[in-house]
This record gives sequence, C-alpha cells and structure tokens, in this order.
Amino acid sequence: MANAATADSQANPLEHTPLVTSNRSMKWITDRVCGITEQRAPFWWYAAVGITGVLAAICFLLVAYLISTGVGVWGLNNPVFWAWDITNFVFWIGIGHAGTLISAILFLTRQKWRTSINRAAEAMTIFAVMCAGIFPAVHVGRFWMVWFLAPVPNSNAIWQNFRSPLLWDVFAVSTYFTVSLMFWYVGLIPDLATLRDRATNKISKFCYGLFALGWRGGNRQWHHYEMAYLLLAGLSTPLVLSVHTIVSFDFATSVIPGWHTTIFPPYFVAGAIFGGFAMVLTLMLPVRAIFKLHDLITTRHIDVMCKIVLLTGSIVGYAYIMEFFIAWYSGNPFEQWAFLRNRIAAPFFGWFAWVPGGFGDWAKWVASDPAPYWPAYWAMMFCNVIAPQLFWIKKFRRNAVLAWCVVMFPNMGMWFERFVIIVTSIHRDFLPASWGMFYPTWVDIWTFIGTIGFFCCLFLLFMRFLPMIAISEVKGVLPEADPHYGEHDDEDDEALSASKEHKEGASSVKGGAD
Amino acid sequence: METTKRLHAVGAEFDSARTLYHAAEHIRDEGYKRWDVHSPFPIHGMDKAMGLRKSIISILVFAGGVFGALTAFALQTYTSIIDYPLVVQGKPTNLYTIPAFFPIIFELTVLFAALTAVVGMIVINRLPRWNHPLFNWELFGKVTDNGFFAVIEAKDPQFDEAAVRQLLEAQGGRNVTAIYDEDQ
Repeated sequence: MANAATADSQANPLEHTPLVTSNRSMKWITDRVCGITEQRAPFWWYAAVGITGVLAAICFLLVAYLISTGVGVWGLNNPVFWAWDITNFVFWIGIGHAGTLISAILFLTRQKWRTSINRAAEAMTIFAVMCAGIFPAVHVGRFWMVWFLAPVPNSNAIWQNFRSPLLWDVFAVSTYFTVSLMFWYVGLIPDLATLRDRATNKISKFCYGLFALGWRGGNRQWHHYEMAYLLLAGLSTPLVLSVHTIVSFDFATSVIPGWHTTIFPPYFVAGAIFGGFAMVLTLMLPVRAIFKLHDLITTRHIDVMCKIVLLTGSIVGYAYIMEFFIAWYSGNPFEQWAFLRNRIAAPFFGWFAWVPGGFGDWAKWVASDPAPYWPAYWAMMFCNVIAPQLFWIKKFRRNAVLAWCVVMFPNMGMWFERFVIIVTSIHRDFLPASWGMFYPTWVDIWTFIGTIGFFCCLFLLFMRFLPMIAISEVKGVLPEADPHYGEHDDEDDEALSASKEHKEGASSVKGGAD
Repeated sequence: METTKRLHAVGAEFDSARTLYHAAEHIRDEGYKRWDVHSPFPIHGMDKAMGLRKSIISILVFAGGVFGALTAFALQTYTSIIDYPLVVQGKPTNLYTIPAFFPIIFELTVLFAALTAVVGMIVINRLPRWNHPLFNWELFGKVTDNGFFAVIEAKDPQFDEAAVRQLLEAQGGRNVTAIYDEDQ
C-alpha cells in the first residue's frame, strides 16, 4: 500500500508531497535546526567569515575614503550623476523584496511551504536593505548633512520637499527596514526560546534568554502573537509593493527618455521579486546541501521557487518589450531614439543584413551606430528573459545544482537591468553637447564587491547564531500538529479514508489485471 | 533567608496536540478561568477550545494606523502649506498639493500600525518577563521542543488541588505536578 501511495503521488502531479518529508518528528526538527548553532563551527565557516569580513571592511574603508574626499572618487561626472551607487541601491533593495514576499504575501495566501524558507529569506531581506542603505546615504557627498532628510527644524527654517519622490524614498526605505526587522524578530521569539531552553553555557543562555523575552508558549500568548503576526503580514504586503513603486518613482517622475515611463512601478516590483527569489535560491541551495536540510527544504520547495523565478522573469521580459512598443507607439522621437540608440543597437544586428524586405537595410543601419553600452543591455536581456526560460524544463527545477546555475543569471541580469535603466538613459539625453560616458573607478568596483562581502558575512553570522529555519512554524505544518490528527469521526477524515479505500481497491484491481 | 513556597499552579504533560486540545475543551467546560495550555507551536483551533475571544490587538493596530496617517498628514501639511510654503517646479502649495503627500501618509500608517502590533503584542503578553514559576518545573523545558502542557493556576476562584489533579489525570495528563512560586 505504501508503495502504491508513493507511486500515485509521482504519477499525479496535483498531489503534493508532504512539506516535511521522511516523517520527521518535532524532536528531530528541533535537534537538526538548533544543532547548527550548537555544534562547533566548521573550518570553512571561519574561513568564509574571514574573507567576507575583509571585503566588508574594504567597503567601509572606501566609504570613509569617499566621505573624506568627495564623490569624485567614483566615476561620476556630468552628465552621469547617478551610476553604480544608485544601481547598487536599487539592486540590493530589490533583493530584499523576495524575503518579504515569502514572509508576508505567501503567509496571507496560506502557502504553507513558506515555513521552511521564510526565516532565512527575511534575514536576507534585512541584510540586503542594510547594503542598499549605504549608497543613498553616502552618495549625497556631504554625508554629515544627511540629517537634512529628516523633518526636524533647522537653522535655515526650510522644510523638506514632501512632494519629491526622493524624500518619499527615504520614508519608504526606512519604514521597510524597520517593519522587516520587527517582523523577523517577532517570528524569532519562540525559536529563541527554544535555543534558550537548550543552551548549556551561561553566555548563550543569557543572550538567547534576553531576546526570547521569557516566552512560555502559552496559548494565551500565542493567541495575541498570531494576531500580531497576521497583522504584520497584512501590513508588509502593501508595504513591499509600495517600496519598489516609490523607488521607481525616483525615475518615472522625471522627464528623461528611458525613465519617464508609467510601466515602471509594476515592472520594478516584478523585477525585485524575480531578483530576490534568485538570491534566496542562491543562498538556500548551498545551505541545504551543507546542513543536510533536505527533509525541510524539499525538492518541492525548489521547484515552486523556480516557477516563481520563471513567472516573474517572464513578466520582466514582457515589461522590456512593452517599453519598446510604447516608445515606438508614442511617436516621441526622443523616446524612440533613447531606446534604439542608447539600448538595443548592437553590432550583431549586422548579421541580419541579408534579410530581404527592408529589414536587412534597417538592421545594417542599426548596427552602423551601436549603443555605447550595448553589452550591458544584451547581458540583461539574456540573463533575465532568456536564461530563466530553462525552468520550463522540469529537470532544471528539480536538480539543485542545475537550478543554482540558472539563478546565477538573474543575479547578474538584475544588476545590469538597473545599470541599463540608470546610466544609458542619462549619459545621452536631449542635448548632444552634454553627452558623456561613465566608466567605473576602482572605488566603484570595490565598494560594490565590498557590499557583497558585507551581505555574505552577515548571512554567515546569522546561520551560526540564529535558527535558520522557523522551528515553531515548521512544527505547525506537521500532520500531528493538527488537533484532530488521527480522529476518524469527522466528515473530512471519512472522505479521506473513503478515497484511500477507493485507491486501494483500484490498485488491487490493477494488480489483479497484471 | 528562609524561603516559603507558595503554590502557583498544578500542571500536567500531554502527549500530543490532540489530547491537549480535548483537555482544554474539558477545562473550559468545567468553568476554570485562570489556566493556560503551553505548546511548541500555536495549535489550530485552540482559541476556540479554550473559549478565548478575538485578540484586542487588531483594534489597537487600527488605532495605531489611523494615528500614523494623521501624523503624516499633519506633518506635511504644516511644513509644506502653513509654515514655509516652498514652490518647487511651479507646483501649488495649497490643499491641491495633498495628493503628493499620499506616499508618506501610507508609509507612516504602516510604520505606526506595525509598531503598535509588535509593542502591543509584547505588552499584552506581559513580556518581557524573564522569571516565572513555570520555569522552576524541570519538565517545562520541553515546551519549546515537543512538550504539551496544561496548567491551572492556584489563583483560579474554583481551584482545588485534588479536583484539579483528578481533572488533568482524567484527560490523559501525565506527570501531574504542583508548581511552586518561590516567595520570601
């Protein structure tokens, strides 16, 4: 019978495998997740923290160099006043969005598979927003004037311009960070209590106990806790959509061809979720392999996340094509020129010179004057639109190594997307006399690499000291967590057992026929 | 110094979410008021089994959200329209400029509501409270692992140690234990 059931679940794609496989007990879940923080850290962990820590230090040293010298240490110039700094900002903040999507939107839509990945994804959100926050703060040049962004009275008696999307951005990002941090912490409280109750040495008992707030797991506590958690999810859902919408307003409300686009808010949000899920997979697949969490982060989880990458990648592809259509359809020559000559025009259009019917001549004409940043544009197109299409093939979604390789493309592609939007639009706009190129300096490059180090370093520390999987939530999705588990007196169970009998009958009939 | 022990509660361990759920239904029906069940995760439907009313947090959060919206509206209206009207890009500085205030009104609504949810949850649950008589019960360490407990407090008006012990045992409770509050 057991064999028949597994055979059935493989044959029927609508039937789900359980969220926690191998019939693991609650004790096993506690031991496995807490064990990661309790065992001695392996050598590779120290090595990884060392390397990423050095990179993070480089990032902060370069920020100090920038503040003490001026924004000229980056490759910024007139007309390219925004380049890698804002590209990195949008890149990192976008990565954060997948964490909130998993923790809030999937919670509201009762997607129970989220429980084993939400903790790490939320941590990723917080670390990504921390990386993002560095750039807008320091790109202002006079860093010590940053407090002018806060609505506090100052000696000039002038207030902030509350009608500027840049100020909206300050409020959106700081609210986003605060709410994400609180959401994460509330989720952690019961698991910190687990670590507290298991702690054997005084220091860890004190630290975990301090942050567990004396949690006792009483239902009178859970009662309010669950309501608060639900409301936080409900608040985070519109919040996450608003954050990238407002980030896109930074561009969309300007008059620059390539920025002045009404499609930006939904397009940015889809892109953020796309890039963020790619990053979740990038982090979780190695973690799953290293810590042997295959029964908690199952193949089904990877499969579902890959499908989300495919879906959002296709939405992003649609947005790219729609931008062109609108540029052409608008009849605005500046808009048309910006998209053709600043973005898509590439030398390889020359390959199509042989095509008859006018297209060949057009392709030749396009290739004759390629966009200066065409490799960035076509890298974006390939990484974000074409590469994720591999996830139509089941093998790429179900094989962790293949999936990991594929999501590397969105990781790169989403950085290129922001670079393309920002730099190619402003380096050549209305007035040819003010055209100019942007080239990154070593400070640009190492600051960005440094933030990657900072992000990874924080994630490594998180892995070591906090429960990486939401222990209490995963226990809640086990079959025996249901207060009616094993009872056969209600209708649902009767229906279930009836269908089981039916299946048994069917398989025995099959067996008979064989 | 001598410490005198005062009875805090009587607790029992249950073997699963299911038995705890049914025990809760019985304790509720017996009319006890000061009691609780403890589990490693929130048990679906337990609020009903215990006879709890809807959490007050949703009302508090609504109030927090309204307060946030009003704060943002007042802040922006006062600074941009009343105190120092700043004409930027020819945009008006009167009531017609209010649509431009909506993004920040939204953000502060969410921020204040979320802060209310978290602070409200902690305060209503009387946390942080790092010491509690229940932590004196050796078995209770399992509550964050795989333990299920029901605890009836001595402060309950109906409390009678023998009756409570009998009730918990009848519902399948094991290791029925008296829990003491250490008091000077």
